[in-house]
Amino acid sequence: MIQARIRKQFPPGPDSAGFSLDLEFQASRGFTVLFGPSGAGKTLTLDSIAGFSRPDEGRILLEDQILFDGAAGVHLPPRLRRCGYVFQNYALFPHMTLRQNLEFAADRIPRLERHRKINEMLEKFHLGEVSGRKPYELSGGQKQRCSIARALIGAPRVLLLDEPTRGLDAPLRADLYSVLRQVREEFGLPVLLVTHDFEECLELGDEMIVMRDGRAVQSGTPRKILEQPANIDVARLLGIFNLLPVEIRSLDPGRNISKLRYDQFDLTGPYFPGRLIGDQVWLCIRPDNLSAVPSNGRPGMNQVPAALLRTVQKPDRVRLEFSNGIAVELEPELVEKYGSVKEWAIEFPQAGLRIL
Amino acid sequence: MHIDWFPLWLSLRVAAISTVLAAGIGLWLAWILANRSFRGKEVLDAAVTLPLVLPPTVLGYYLLVLLGRSSPLGKVYEWLFGGPLVFSWQAAVVAALFHSTPLLVKSARAAFESVDRSYERAARSLGASEARLFWRVTLPLARRSILAAAALAFARSLGDFGVTLMIAGNIPGRTQTAAVAIYDAYESGNTSTALILVLIISAVALGILLVANRLTPNPFGPRQAAP
Repeated sequence: MIQARIRKQFPPGPDSAGFSLDLEFQASRGFTVLFGPSGAGKTLTLDSIAGFSRPDEGRILLEDQILFDGAAGVHLPPRLRRCGYVFQNYALFPHMTLRQNLEFAADRIPRLERHRKINEMLEKFHLGEVSGRKPYELSGGQKQRCSIARALIGAPRVLLLDEPTRGLDAPLRADLYSVLRQVREEFGLPVLLVTHDFEECLELGDEMIVMRDGRAVQSGTPRKILEQPANIDVARLLGIFNLLPVEIRSLDPGRNISKLRYDQFDLTGPYFPGRLIGDQVWLCIRPDNLSAVPSNGRPGMNQVPAALLRTVQKPDRVRLEFSNGIAVELEPELVEKYGSVKEWAIEFPQAGLRIL
Repeated sequence: MHIDWFPLWLSLRVAAISTVLAAGIGLWLAWILANRSFRGKEVLDAAVTLPLVLPPTVLGYYLLVLLGRSSPLGKVYEWLFGGPLVFSWQAAVVAALFHSTPLLVKSARAAFESVDRSYERAARSLGASEARLFWRVTLPLARRSILAAAALAFARSLGDFGVTLMIAGNIPGRTQTAAVAIYDAYESGNTSTALILVLIISAVALGILLVANRLTPNPFGPRQAAP
């Protein structure tokens, strides 16, 4: 269990804007993902926990040990914090073999047990056969696994991973996810993971914290955030929604209906509690929740006409991108059936419309 | 033709001892300059560099004042070793030390600072003490640059003239190093002796520079692409 309240100011410099980190969160066993664009303060948060960066104020508590307390002037050096840190470039010592890298980290384990523990870790992370090699002789995946094994061997109380999938291609990514799931099951410690890839949050995250400009803008399970982004900023950061400016034209709680004006078209949605007629809001909808059919000239109910710009093939869907900026994802068979139609009508489901 | 080889041996011995001592002092100072932040750090850095830019006579003067027979340090040395430091061959070591240490500190600091910080962070987060970090990570990673720096320091020690002359003097068979002997031989018309010593010193220095250059690139195996 880790509890953190971190504040740190960077005053603006001659060639940099100022930045301030102001974050409060707690994470227990399982994966907590810090998600956000670069410059959101994610890595700085990890560095503050690991002790490489000293916050201006706040408090960081790991299990029942105070790692940092601004008011009391406590700032433990990194070596006493027992935080396993997996660096973006792995930071495996290049002059040591894999085994020596692990030995370096297992220094505090009694000699007899150390040997057994190292072999166990090599086995667990499928590194037995390459344990005598130096890092430059290894594949990216092996380096990645070794750096995780090295971070874990000293029995840390929290594992910090800084963008572990950056620069990995799809198969290596999948390998890493399975290694990390194994870590979750076998080591049972809180894991903080930094990423700017939302799919990774869904893949691994038990909890996620959406960060922007040094603040947490939303936290919760990735599924919940996907279903209900707290505001337009979060929806934009997730990067998967169609976001359309609409005006609320009418609200009818009795029939659970609302009318929205988008561009010059009327859309029917569910009743939105707490909103007023005339509100300018954002309609937020995922491409796979929309559908589209070839236009027959007059758009029907809840349809918006649009010209097809391009189609993008996805593993199990085809993404249609339209001239008005809307994207729709359809089954490949459907798209094939319609062939090379240019003019389409985009259909909005009445029930699934969400506004922000 | 008779050539006295003593000055050459003395120079090599002085350079070797001063390089070992300079390595000890220099690595320690360089580590502090590279890793700690404290008040007066830049003053310390400047003070360490000062002997590189001061005229040898100025440096020699300071050392005579500091280590002379009537100075406290000189008295302590005399009490410990039973003889004065100045005008002994050990004084030539001190003179060489003041020329080689600044060079070593400068190069070693740069070498330490060029070690990717993430290795040091990794070592610290893995619970390593500063000493362990130094001996097991930073020093091995910076080892080639530091060996190159030590080779240069050795060459530099070999060539000191002014300070040696002032504090060790020119006593043939006792404190006369090669650099001083060359001057002495030339002044006394013994040009062939001077020439031979000149050629030997040049060859040794050239050899050391070649070694230092080969040490400077630092690939651990084939160069890696950035991950």
